[in-house]
Amino acid sequence: METRERIPVVSMQHITKHFPGVLANDDVSLELHAGEVLALLGENGAGKSTLMNMLVGLYRPDSGSISIRGEVQHIRSPQDSMALGIGMVHQEFMLVGNMSVLENIILGLKDLPVVPDVATIRKKITELSDTYGLQVDPDAIIHNLSVGEQQRVEILKLVYRGAEILILDEPTAVLTPGESRDLNRIIKKMLSQGKSAIFITHKMDEVIEFSHKVQVLRRGKSVNVIDTASVTPRDLANMMVGRDVLFTLDRCAFNPGEPRLRLSKVSVENPLGSRPYLSDISLSIRRGEILGIAGVAGNGQTQLTEVITGLLRASEGTIEIDGKDVTKCTPLQIIQTGVSHIPADRGAMGVVGDMSVGDNLAMKKYRTHELSSGPVVKRSRLRLFADKLIQSFIIKTPNQDTAVKFLSGGNIQKTILAREIDSCGGILIAVYPSRGLDVGATEAVRQNLIAQRDAGSAVLLVSEELDELQMVADTIAVLFEGKIMGIRKVSETNTEELGMMMAGVGGDA
Amino acid sequence: MRLVLEKRERRLKRMSLLIPLFSFILSLLIGAIVLAASKADPIQAYAAMAKGAFGNARRFQYTVVEALPLLICGLSVGIAFRLRFWNIGAEGQFVWGAIGVTWVIQFWTFLPDPLLLPAGILVGMIAGALWAGIPGVLKAYWAVDETLTTLMLNYVAIGVAEYLYIKAWKAPKGILGTPEFPEFTQLSQVWGKVHSGVFIALALVVILWFLLYKTTWGFELNMIGKNPVAARYQGVSIEKSIVIALLISGAIAGLAGSLNTVAITHRLTRGVNAGYGFTGIIIAWMSNLNPFASIIVAIVMASLTTGADALQIAMKLPESMGAVLQGLVLIPLLAGSVFHDYHLKLIREEE
Repeated sequence: METRERIPVVSMQHITKHFPGVLANDDVSLELHAGEVLALLGENGAGKSTLMNMLVGLYRPDSGSISIRGEVQHIRSPQDSMALGIGMVHQEFMLVGNMSVLENIILGLKDLPVVPDVATIRKKITELSDTYGLQVDPDAIIHNLSVGEQQRVEILKLVYRGAEILILDEPTAVLTPGESRDLNRIIKKMLSQGKSAIFITHKMDEVIEFSHKVQVLRRGKSVNVIDTASVTPRDLANMMVGRDVLFTLDRCAFNPGEPRLRLSKVSVENPLGSRPYLSDISLSIRRGEILGIAGVAGNGQTQLTEVITGLLRASEGTIEIDGKDVTKCTPLQIIQTGVSHIPADRGAMGVVGDMSVGDNLAMKKYRTHELSSGPVVKRSRLRLFADKLIQSFIIKTPNQDTAVKFLSGGNIQKTILAREIDSCGGILIAVYPSRGLDVGATEAVRQNLIAQRDAGSAVLLVSEELDELQMVADTIAVLFEGKIMGIRKVSETNTEELGMMMAGVGGDA
Repeated sequence: MRLVLEKRERRLKRMSLLIPLFSFILSLLIGAIVLAASKADPIQAYAAMAKGAFGNARRFQYTVVEALPLLICGLSVGIAFRLRFWNIGAEGQFVWGAIGVTWVIQFWTFLPDPLLLPAGILVGMIAGALWAGIPGVLKAYWAVDETLTTLMLNYVAIGVAEYLYIKAWKAPKGILGTPEFPEFTQLSQVWGKVHSGVFIALALVVILWFLLYKTTWGFELNMIGKNPVAARYQGVSIEKSIVIALLISGAIAGLAGSLNTVAITHRLTRGVNAGYGFTGIIIAWMSNLNPFASIIVAIVMASLTTGADALQIAMKLPESMGAVLQGLVLIPLLAGSVFHDYHLKLIREEE
């Protein structure tokens, strides 16, 4: 028995995997023991997901071997891996929205009779729910469930199929802090039953909170495996990026100039809901100032930025840029006054995925003298322009003719950032600009915002993360249910006060 | 070993040539099965078709004449397709082109003779443009589904044309249709059967290629077609762009209709809705919306029609076999478009 204990449940040895033009995994070895949580930490594109996809049979390694409980296995499909007791919860849930929890759990089971014995299945689901603290109503319809509950269904699905080894791909990215704590509790319960888990993440605090061991990947290589107890978040960040990460950012002293953008009593009706998207918003942003908009997502942030950029009409109030009324201007007219916009949904709005990196970089300027003469786009000038931006913003792309959709999330965001900052005429609106980005890319985004401010731009930064706002912004306005709860200087407020206002308590309203 | 579809790292330029070519060869193979099932020797049949379409100068001229309206209609719908506006109304816009040119030549006799032909073509283009503009405006401002509106408007256009050549504008005596156009309004022939419309069509190819690939307008159409939300965010007015693109698309289909009337039929009569507008959809698809590629595709499609006539005479096969073979071209092509983004990979199992 002694020796059995020491055999790892999962052992991946010298795994190498090529994709055309990319070495996704380079001689990576990984071991997972029963009752253990291993955090797989790395930046976007470090090869974490590729490695796990090989474990669940979505990809096959070019070389190297995989052993499960001491036996070498060739895993060809997710069915194979499930038979070995390995199950993965993907970032995007694989659930059928208009079917019930129970139906989703048994969906695709091979040995199911034509008429399933629903009562027995329901009983088994309830038992499993109780055992692991996965509380969810078996008869609830998926799209009525919260994201956290849907994740529980995904886990339940795997446990029902007998999974002993759970792989979770960035599980907390979509969860509220409360739901994350629930997930942590569930995982602890599963460990106590002898199960084990691998956790893909790029968040340091998650690693500390959830895992026993952490393995850091960088550019396809494994750089370290250590006990979580012996490291600090800063160590991990440095290992992940391969250099020292700045936790504070250099900036000029706060010395704002005259207001560039001013909103006076702006309201936006919501044709579908009872409460307007925005009511009575008054704010101004000055030259050399970053105004942060804090608030839980869905409290009017998107509408605020869209009403400024002309994509949405204000039902009341006025918007002025440099003292001129622009309330009724079209998006193009707003762009021409010098407003740049990094939108919240970078894939759906920020880029045209099927067009090249070069074309996407040119999208703000193709109609200007810089890139065209009259109605004719000057391709040679456009190429030079795009190459210059690719270099100065360090966009990782094979070349400028590559379609943007083939870039990683961080490089797509850099493409948007490069275009918007290059064309910026002094007003920059950035919505969740670092959402989903890894440490290195986040740092680049924040430095760019501050550089814009130092150069005299007026910046509006919408973020869900208070620490980001406190690090980057000069002034913070808190949005709650479409109203501004209060505007504070960063130096004169604290997390508690801002947090209260985000929950609709206190403030000046 | 097994085959899997794997996503390509990027789209390859040469694939836009290889995929249609391979699809076409595949459709010939499938066609061979159909021919064999009809007890015809496929090789003989294809040889007869090739001879019928390209066998001598005269036959090739017929193929070119047949290809011209196909090419122009393909260019027409291609513009709308760039915006993902599924204009299947080129047939109706083509008919309006024929009506417009007939109206001018038959009734605008106050014009000096040399002006009648250009004025007629112009009015035909305007008529086609307006007919396409209706679904354009409906889609742009009220989000009315364009597949329905463009399709239904075809039948309205055909109905109007029938009313005109059967009743209102009918020649007092003789065959069905309007009176024959005076000779000076007929398009001259430049090479055997090939009329001077060939120059107009080729000029149009060059103009459209320039507009679509070299101008800011073409850049905007590309953006709207591939991501309208992003285009709007970049300041492009989607509504205006849809309406302008549809007016141009309709004008080009109208041009095809008026050219065919002044070059071939010389009157508005039965057969004005010969299906060029519908076949134009295939041309646009197969050419991957590239104007130059449309020339080749239009000739291939036309050769299937002229070749089918030979098939009928030489092989005693029904004429509809030509339509079957034309239809077969489309299926491998549509199925093949998946290979723009994916490629097949052979996986060897190492045991």
